[in-house]
Amino acid sequence: MEESGPFQTNGGSKEMAEPMLERRAVVAALLRDPGDMLVVSGLGSTTYDAGAAGDRAFNFYLWGAMGAAAMIGLGIALAQRSRRVLVLTGDGEALMGLGSLATIAAASPPNLAVAVLDNGRYGETGAQPSHTSLGTDLAAAAAACGWRATTTVTTEGELELLRARLRSEPLFAVIKIAATEPERFLPPRDGAFLQQRFRAALGIVAG
Amino acid sequence: MDQVRLESGVAAWPDAVFAVLQAAEIRQVGYVPDAGHARLIARAHADPATHAVVLTTEEEGVALAAGAWLGGQRAVLLMQSSGVGNCINMLSLIANCRMPLLTLITMRGEWGEFNPWQVPMGSATPAVLGAMGVHVLRVERADEAAETVRAAAALAFDSSVPVAVLLSQRLIGAKEFRK
Repeated sequence: MEESGPFQTNGGSKEMAEPMLERRAVVAALLRDPGDMLVVSGLGSTTYDAGAAGDRAFNFYLWGAMGAAAMIGLGIALAQRSRRVLVLTGDGEALMGLGSLATIAAASPPNLAVAVLDNGRYGETGAQPSHTSLGTDLAAAAAACGWRATTTVTTEGELELLRARLRSEPLFAVIKIAATEPERFLPPRDGAFLQQRFRAALGIVAG
Repeated sequence: MDQVRLESGVAAWPDAVFAVLQAAEIRQVGYVPDAGHARLIARAHADPATHAVVLTTEEEGVALAAGAWLGGQRAVLLMQSSGVGNCINMLSLIANCRMPLLTLITMRGEWGEFNPWQVPMGSATPAVLGAMGVHVLRVERADEAAETVRAAAALAFDSSVPVAVLLSQRLIGAKEFRK
């Protein structure tokens, strides 16, 4: 690696090509044939991506509560030990809940995986550069927090293996995606509806 | 933490509160360490049926409780009044999703407080919780702790609303700062 200052963007590095993966296609690939996997999506584009891959009762979409996605995944994973839980979120949402990487590593649930779609941008607010394009490596941060399995994926050829690992390991994955903004897909956003639908699908009796 | 007080039974109320939490089938305990909650935290860790989750910041516990509820378990969040401010926006998750939330909050900045940095958030705690739609109950005496937590748990989980129990600093005992 050549020397780079803490605020040099990845785009300025000769070794880092601009990410080419398209987010909508990535999420469609990762959520193909989801079975009864429980999915939590972070607010903004990741929620649109997860909805576009096919709305289902086992998807819990966040439209707010920025920074909550991974911790909601932890609560579900501890409660539903026999099921797989996947948190899909963006770099900005993950950064706001950075401490939860340490909390989850400490709790170390075997059935929870987190995948961060990283475009290095705050896409909802005008594509301002996020910390991941200013020097922060979320996969390295997760490893430093105690996650034993972390990976960074940059090519389409790695997605099939990633899809399998996210369904079988306590994996923290960063997926470098292009800074594109596909057409918005708007899944349900009534939180009470979403939680009741999710619980009903799990067969949880109210009360 | 003052172990002598705990072991002498003078401060037996945390054990009574833990029994109430168990009777309410609380299975996840998220906490930011606090001396006033030390006994509850130790009991939670010692119970194999309870997931005790140490948090880096209090709002994580709001999200944890939401996830627990989605997965069919009940949670409690233990924190100090200084952590309430950290939770403000995260409480919108509970409101929007019409989920229960039970939180037990040890108060600082109100009774013999030595540290002025605890006073602003301690003073604002009831108003902040109220502004976000959290029902607030308060415990002044040890003998009312268990019954108040029992009522709070019933309100939270039966009526799907957020409920906070403020454990007064007089009950906890003002932290002593010795040179």
